[in-house]
Amino acid sequence: MKVTINGAAGELPDGTTVAEAVRTLTALTSGVAVAVNDVVVSKGAWKSTSLAENDRVEVLTAVQGG
Amino acid sequence: MNEADDVLVLGGEKFTSRLIMGTGGAPSLDVLDRALEASGTELTTVAMRRLDPAVQGSVLDVLRRRNIRVLPNTAGCFTAGEAVLTARLAREALETNWVKLEVIADERTLLPDPIETFDAAERLVADGFVVLPYIGDDPALARRLEQAGCAAVMPLGAPIGSGLGIRNPHSIELIVEAASVPVILDAGVGTASDAALAMELGCDAVLLATAVTRAQRPELMAAAMRSAVEAGRMAKLAGRIPRRRYAEASSPSLPRFA
Repeated sequence: MKVTINGAAGELPDGTTVAEAVRTLTALTSGVAVAVNDVVVSKGAWKSTSLAENDRVEVLTAVQGG
Repeated sequence: MNEADDVLVLGGEKFTSRLIMGTGGAPSLDVLDRALEASGTELTTVAMRRLDPAVQGSVLDVLRRRNIRVLPNTAGCFTAGEAVLTARLAREALETNWVKLEVIADERTLLPDPIETFDAAERLVADGFVVLPYIGDDPALARRLEQAGCAAVMPLGAPIGSGLGIRNPHSIELIVEAASVPVILDAGVGTASDAALAMELGCDAVLLATAVTRAQRPELMAAAMRSAVEAGRMAKLAGRIPRRRYAEASSPSLPRFA
């Protein structure tokens, strides 16, 4: 299925979870937050939340700023 | 008065330092680390951005090591909706319900959009956030945001990164006079005298980044800002003499010769 992660479109197997999608970017879990289609998915729900076709996943962390 | 009693209470938390540092603009995490230490800050802003797997080291490691509380901002947001989502992501990532609310109107001035900021503030307060909004030097908006439940108001001295100092001290004074939440002068500070002036005007704290991180010697400027904020605070508490048009002798007025 087609999923966009941080603006980059790619193919992921059907049923890929948020946790698995995050792992394509980083092994970290602390200091990281995820939104799918502009809705926050809390860390506790990463493993139980499956992505769907055309989902937009944003994986954010803190950087220098402000 | 005992200096130890003069603490800043912000969102129910106590801070000894009245200098809040931003982390933007530092050439490296090492330079940032030393500047943060020299500043004595206990609260420091970070921005939320897409995770880049290529980036090594994190500003969060520096803050954790220095035991500095993290204040996520919503920099880069143009709408209330973006800011609310960013704040929620920051809460999830950083395990804090504090947010520096920043909704900008345009890229050229980076001036805050008052309508979007107010909208976002109401939504974030309702969602349980401790909201610290970045605003123009507008006493009416400051009052409305306080009434909406914001934990502080953060008027600018001048546009972000401009180093132009406090362009409208009178408005800052009006905000301070009316506010019962802390007033934090945010943005525009260029050098130490700007930070001292903010405190002399009655601000409760100063938030700055660029003035330190882009100074030729960031660590030294951080120390200067720390001293300036402390000096301005003490001068405010001490109570300055009134301004007068003509001299007033400071020596006894009796004639020296009988």
